[in-house]
Amino acid sequence: MPTLVSHPDEVKVISRRFGQGAADIEKYIELDGYKAVQKAIAEGPEKMPAWIIDTMKASGLRGRGGAGFPTGLKWSFVPKQSEKPKYVLVNGDESEPGTCKDHVIFLEDPHAVIEGTMIAGLAIGSKMGFIYLRGEYRYLLKIMEKAVADAYAKGFLGKNIFGSGLDFDVVTQSGAGAYEVGEESALMESLEGKRGVPRIKPPFPAVVGLYGGPTVINNAETIASAPHILLMGGEAYAKIGSERNGGTRLFGISGHVERPGVYELPMGYNLKKAIYDVAGGIKDGKKLKAVVPGGSSCPVLLPEEIDVGLDFDQMGKAGTMLGSGGIVVLDETVSIVEFALRTIAFYQHESCGWCIPCREGTDWIKKTLTRVYNGGGSKKDVANVQYLAENMMGRTFCPLGDAAAMPTLGFVKKFRKEFEDYIEGNKAGTPIITVQQLVGAGH
Amino acid sequence: MPDVKFTVDGKQLTAPAGTLLIEACKSAGIEIPAFCYYPGLSLQAACRMCVVRIEKMPKLQTACTTPVAEGMVVTSESPEIAQARKSTLQLLLGNHPLDCPVCDAGGECELQDMTFKYGAGESLYAEAKNHREEQKWSPVVYFDRPRCILCYRCVRMCGEGMDVFALGIQNRGSSAVIAPNVPAQMSPDHLAHVDCEQCGMCIDACPVGALTSGAYRYKTRPWEMNHVTTVCTHCGDGCKTTLGVRSTSDGAEIVRGDNRDKSGINGDFLCNKGRYAFDFANAPERITAPLIRQTDGRFKEVSWEEAFTHAGRKLRELRDARGGQSIGVLGGNRLTNEEAYLLQKFARTVLGTNNIDHHRTADYVTFAQTLAEQKDRTASWRDTQTIPAALIVGGDPTNQAPGTAWNLRTDVRLNKARLYIANTAEIKLRRQAKAFLQLAPYGYGALAAYLAGDEAVAQSAAADANALTSFRDAVKAEEKLLILIGSELRGTDLRRLIEFGLTIPGARFALLSDYVNSRGAADMGLLPDMLPGFTPVSAPGAFAEQNLPTAPGLDLLEIFEAAGRGELSALYVVNSNPIARYSVDPAALKNTFVVVQEMFFTETAKLADVVLPAANLYEKGGSVTNSYGDLQLVQKAGDRAGVRSDFEMIVRVADKMGADIKSLVPFGKAQPGLRADMGQSRGAQAGEADRHAVWLTANNLEPKLSPFDPWAILDEIQRLVPGYNLLRLQLLSGNDQHLEPEAAASAVTNRRDLVLPSGDTLFTSGTLGRFSATLNETRQYQTGEPLIQIHTAAEFGS
Repeated sequence: MPTLVSHPDEVKVISRRFGQGAADIEKYIELDGYKAVQKAIAEGPEKMPAWIIDTMKASGLRGRGGAGFPTGLKWSFVPKQSEKPKYVLVNGDESEPGTCKDHVIFLEDPHAVIEGTMIAGLAIGSKMGFIYLRGEYRYLLKIMEKAVADAYAKGFLGKNIFGSGLDFDVVTQSGAGAYEVGEESALMESLEGKRGVPRIKPPFPAVVGLYGGPTVINNAETIASAPHILLMGGEAYAKIGSERNGGTRLFGISGHVERPGVYELPMGYNLKKAIYDVAGGIKDGKKLKAVVPGGSSCPVLLPEEIDVGLDFDQMGKAGTMLGSGGIVVLDETVSIVEFALRTIAFYQHESCGWCIPCREGTDWIKKTLTRVYNGGGSKKDVANVQYLAENMMGRTFCPLGDAAAMPTLGFVKKFRKEFEDYIEGNKAGTPIITVQQLVGAGH
Repeated sequence: MPDVKFTVDGKQLTAPAGTLLIEACKSAGIEIPAFCYYPGLSLQAACRMCVVRIEKMPKLQTACTTPVAEGMVVTSESPEIAQARKSTLQLLLGNHPLDCPVCDAGGECELQDMTFKYGAGESLYAEAKNHREEQKWSPVVYFDRPRCILCYRCVRMCGEGMDVFALGIQNRGSSAVIAPNVPAQMSPDHLAHVDCEQCGMCIDACPVGALTSGAYRYKTRPWEMNHVTTVCTHCGDGCKTTLGVRSTSDGAEIVRGDNRDKSGINGDFLCNKGRYAFDFANAPERITAPLIRQTDGRFKEVSWEEAFTHAGRKLRELRDARGGQSIGVLGGNRLTNEEAYLLQKFARTVLGTNNIDHHRTADYVTFAQTLAEQKDRTASWRDTQTIPAALIVGGDPTNQAPGTAWNLRTDVRLNKARLYIANTAEIKLRRQAKAFLQLAPYGYGALAAYLAGDEAVAQSAAADANALTSFRDAVKAEEKLLILIGSELRGTDLRRLIEFGLTIPGARFALLSDYVNSRGAADMGLLPDMLPGFTPVSAPGAFAEQNLPTAPGLDLLEIFEAAGRGELSALYVVNSNPIARYSVDPAALKNTFVVVQEMFFTETAKLADVVLPAANLYEKGGSVTNSYGDLQLVQKAGDRAGVRSDFEMIVRVADKMGADIKSLVPFGKAQPGLRADMGQSRGAQAGEADRHAVWLTANNLEPKLSPFDPWAILDEIQRLVPGYNLLRLQLLSGNDQHLEPEAAASAVTNRRDLVLPSGDTLFTSGTLGRFSATLNETRQYQTGEPLIQIHTAAEFGS
């Protein structure tokens, strides 16, 4: 179990119950639990859906999974009338390397996820929610399952929730261990018991989603933010963050820092401060070499590029992405060649195989970088890797191809000289190691 | 759907809203490349080849998933798009084995074509390729994983198109692999296999050489074959098939059957028989020399001249001594229309008998008579893919007429057609049915009576009275219903069902039979009481000019009864095996002179006095009519030294009997006193046709026709046979044309037991199927039944 960290710059909204035993339903209730959903119900059945959606819109909350789509707007896309049942789907398939924020929520505040699911359900007129956890989070599934059972035992879930006359059920589901299922339509396929491959869009889930019904699918952190937003008010939440980036966010800072951990910082908080102040700076006084700012799919930043605000827009301007909030800090001892190989090895292993550019591109780049890493590279290989990554970008069926191509492009562009030096210096050849040895069994 | 206007490459186009961009472009002559897109199957968008630039969209879009929209501005070719396609090909080719020189698909491979067009000629790939060993999934399906580009066409074709679901995907990413439904762990030989209908549609759909045919692989290159489009000889659907033919030392060998250009009546479809079961033509058991039975009972190989002379002389003697009424004639279901017509004309005008019949696999006589004076009441096969609703009573299309089953499944999938199925067995097509009515054993007659209004027979029709009532009510509420009838319904039952159907507005009918020209055999008058076009022998109409006998003759069963009584002097059998089919006691024929035109030593041929080795449907030209009445062109593909077409052999026997050949086959202008030049009957010789042309020209005759040319008799069929007013241009263009029967209405008189369904499955095909090694092997593989032992000519001496 991770040790919880803390820093004075943190603004504790989502994390305010962390470390207080809120996985226990009594403790959760004591800490204002299930008040938000009751507040929504108090608006009355007529006004409630619009009130929730308006509050969410006013909060400026943008999807915490990585794409940053405004949550209130997403909920408003669901048609009011539908022949098929509507669903709320919580994406807890947190698989992006470097990301560990949803993990803490499931561990420390599972009822916030349930309550958020209920709120989303009330907003769109759904009677059923699914909480989907990645296969590797089986131990967290137990916590979630207990939380759901406790909520049922209290009568918070099921028929006539909080006397509203509305029913709402929640089901938990574990994945089978595929990164691809983090993509929303692949997650729905998986939940329906099929291979976890993405669907053709349009139609989008808000119109045709799970089992063909209109579906709201949100990241677990997004959903867990909803109760807090309803309690504090949309405007108050928006004020915490930067322009067009409402509220706070959980950032998982890992790698070569003194105090790694998950910190809740306001949107727009400076990345350099996050690394040097919040996380205590580079470990053992070493020099910073690079930062992967939002999970492994985000293009790498050089030390001179990290004086930038952590929100969707500022990170975009900096040529990278806010992503899933997993900040990976690399010190001077890291070989970028090895890091690039580890990254592409992950995406090669996780590519679902559906479309050609991703399936073949990740495999090809991995093979080439493995050869380069083992000392058999030539300068042409660097250009070739760049060519392949450029031709994967924007051409794949789902964003996984981009997620593999973007960091690769970042590494070979920003660290080209390191690649070339590595290739030059290794002409003699080093012992051949396999990728299995490099990244561990199972890959 | 209203039309929308949009622009592609500067061209203003219009298409119905909702049309996929790739299809809209195709209609306008703009080809957008794709691997995974396959019309009619679910969308995949996996290959990324069809990417185009659409204005206001940030990324390239796939044309296969984008519906056209009003005002859409599209660029289908540009340097950006060409680069996208080129790089996709480079990615594909990276891991591709590039074994084109030995790949079956080489020369007709979509990956080759695309590479040629987008020029991914230089390989950047310097890594080890992902290799997997080739797998034999069945006797006819092989899988080479390294060549597979994972377009999933085969998976969708098998599941959506065939409703078999034998293929799926295993693993993911670059390890993803098409996998069959019998994994190695569950297989007795520890190898992966497919348990399926063995249709080979997956092979047809495969854009590359990943799936190859066990019947064809590594035999030749596509460009070394002649590709002849003709009609499959097996079931009553009459699919167009393209036969790949190569010259050999003793003729032209058929090495492949497929559905190459998909332009035929069958569209995409071809079943296992059409695709693989052509090899009976190459079977070593074929008879390739005329045989005459010696006094010791053994056969002796003789010259053609001797065989024809012997048969002609004996038949003439018997006719003159005992009368034409003592001779019986049996024709086949795999003769061309021209041959069937000629055979009945030969029987009636040369032998002087109406004792002619064929193995009936459906009661077309009643069908035609009941629909007499009705217009537009028969359905063409093409209709089965578009009709809004169908009632299927009896039959099992999946086994009996796989193309019909394919069409109906497609109609349900794409057009939401409603199928109503009534059957005594739970046939596979029920899975697509809106309603399936389980009939009581032998309940077809009762069902027909019940539908016609007789409530009293409900119990005999179906055990579930409620299901029966709601089934009837649902059917009655339909309009434009196709009523597809199996051979279980005959005579009065068939008439009742059709009469019930006629009360439904716009209802149309089709009767399923079992062989490629079962319908044609009936249409062409291989019947004791009917002339061609179901013209009663007692009222010959236009046929009066031929001075035919007017008393009905003996039917097939009566012919053998007469033989048993010693009253049958001669039996002339063409392409039929009644001894095996009708379980006739072979002893019945001991005092009968028997002439048999056959490919193989069948149970019937064994009893013959003269055996004339025959060509099959793949070795001759003409026309055939499928179960639905759709006429199609048959073209000569294969060739085998030592055999002749049934048409030629009938003409030659008639000639040896002293018949006037020009009145039998009107191949030239009538010239008093001019006897037809029959050429030589020694055997096929180079230049024979030329000598004919010289002779015909010298005698002021049409030089292109000879008495052995089936086209010589087509004029007469068009002129005399009711319902066969076909368009020759359509026929010659290879198009199918639907013909409606034009029978005279008259009472049903046929014996029910004359109709004998073949009972063929996907892996049998009457006598012919026994001699297809591939079909046999596939049947054994799929059903576990032993291989059929085939008797060869050698066992009978020579």
